[in-house]
Amino acid sequence: MKVSGLKCYAYLYLLFLYAPILLLPIFAFNDGTVIAFPLKGVTFEWFGQMWENETLRRALTNSLIIGTSSAVLATILGLFAARATTRYRFPGKGPITALIMLPLVLPEIMVGSSLLIVLLGLGVDLSIVTVILGHALIATPFCIALLSTALGSLDRSLEEAALDLGETKWSTFWLVILPLVMPGIISSLLIGFVISMDEFIIAFFLAGNEPTLPTYIFSQLRFPKAIPMIMALGTCLVVLSVVLLTIAEYFRRSGLARAGLKDTGGFL
Amino acid sequence: MATYTAARREAKQGYVMIAPTLIYALVLLAAPLLTILAFSFFKDGYLTVIREVTLANYIAVWTDPIFRAILLRSLCVAVMVTALTVGTAYPIAYFLSFGVSPGKKSFWLFLITIPFWTSYLVRVFLWKVIMGYNGVINSGFEMLGLMGDGRLFEDPFRMLSTMPAIAVTLAHCYAPFAILPIFVALEKIDRSLHEAGRDLGESRWTTFLRVTLPLSMPGVVAAVLVVFIPVIGDYVTPELIGGGKLPMVANMIQAQMLPLDNKPMGSAIAVSAMVTVTVIALIFVGLVRIFVKGAK
Repeated sequence: MKVSGLKCYAYLYLLFLYAPILLLPIFAFNDGTVIAFPLKGVTFEWFGQMWENETLRRALTNSLIIGTSSAVLATILGLFAARATTRYRFPGKGPITALIMLPLVLPEIMVGSSLLIVLLGLGVDLSIVTVILGHALIATPFCIALLSTALGSLDRSLEEAALDLGETKWSTFWLVILPLVMPGIISSLLIGFVISMDEFIIAFFLAGNEPTLPTYIFSQLRFPKAIPMIMALGTCLVVLSVVLLTIAEYFRRSGLARAGLKDTGGFL
Repeated sequence: MATYTAARREAKQGYVMIAPTLIYALVLLAAPLLTILAFSFFKDGYLTVIREVTLANYIAVWTDPIFRAILLRSLCVAVMVTALTVGTAYPIAYFLSFGVSPGKKSFWLFLITIPFWTSYLVRVFLWKVIMGYNGVINSGFEMLGLMGDGRLFEDPFRMLSTMPAIAVTLAHCYAPFAILPIFVALEKIDRSLHEAGRDLGESRWTTFLRVTLPLSMPGVVAAVLVVFIPVIGDYVTPELIGGGKLPMVANMIQAQMLPLDNKPMGSAIAVSAMVTVTVIALIFVGLVRIFVKGAK
């Protein structure tokens, strides 16, 4: 009885979590310029507008470049850190890990504004490169969390066997460890990409004059006329992230299965 | 002696392995944060910064009634959001841990984390659409014939630009941050303790109060911290839902850093806010420690 009451609550909670996402496509296809009920019929006009928008295309290109680069960078940094913390014991591990994981709780505005001051002080021009540096910083903790699970589940005797059979440290890494943690790496890349595509504040501070998808969306939210198109764009973004996250989850689970582990939780 | 050198070798390898990530974090995180700290003691000159150590920024910040009002508002919102998020998240985490079969747990966690990863800006904006004067809630009531003269509700609700509206939106954004730590703490609890509690004559409810809740406290504390600290620094929600009328600390930092271009002042605000938040977080952790120890 108690559990079924909780279950009802859980479904209501899911409704609360999904309410905005479920409303999004409704208004993206609604043939009206005002975002309100009653609905006025189906149109594809907003998706067409979106397709023809030059600034939006530029923002999309920038976001794709930033997302891919910061995902790769964060995953590489994450691999080093996850390998170090799961495989080796060394003094100062706690404080070092705390510093690296700090962006998880540090407000993004702190990261954005402090990086801005340093970059301007050094005379660095703001561009998508500076956004990549910031995004990699905040995505790294999430990548470490994912990769630590993947690396922590490695059987150390496999590595020792490879070394005994005459492989070097590097070839062991390439031939044994990397293939085993590949699913973890793929889900880490996807999560890094999703985080970067969605991040607003750091891009707002560090992108200079270059638009990214979130800064473009933010600039358009002031204009009521632009809203239906933003709803259409939002729908596309939601579909994209759900697809990418599903793939990431698939790889995360297959990685766990490959290591013969029980699944204990999601990403985060 | 042999183990000593082996340990040293292992430590050395560990340092080499973590070096790239550590250097990255030192250069792009620690150094900028220290720079902000240094800037907060500098003077602002026109288009430059005068490197003279002064407390003027901090005096200006803390004597400014607007800053104090904004900081107080940010803290109120953060407390509301934290209470709302952790309070509603606990039953969900409990349900996930005790009410869902092990095979379905990761699916539920996946369902809960999906909204968190999807366009943050658009989600916040949709809350504006939902709660707006002509928004989904009001126009929905109107369509159902419940709103208007002589009906159930006379006038449309004015929900935007209120602190509860900001709190609900932020609670939606930070939900998984609260659920996951509590879930992890609940999963760690040895299930035989419950049976022991029940066998010793406790009811379900008292078992929960005396066994489950105290044992899950570390998760609750973690949830409070990972919600409370970032919420203080949220920029988008006060801007969109508050309509600029209810700025929070992040909006003030942004205004000083970008449009007003007074970086020392912006730094002093940022440092003041972060120190305040850290002190409150430490007091909270300390109180929980005393309370939980006292309960034992």
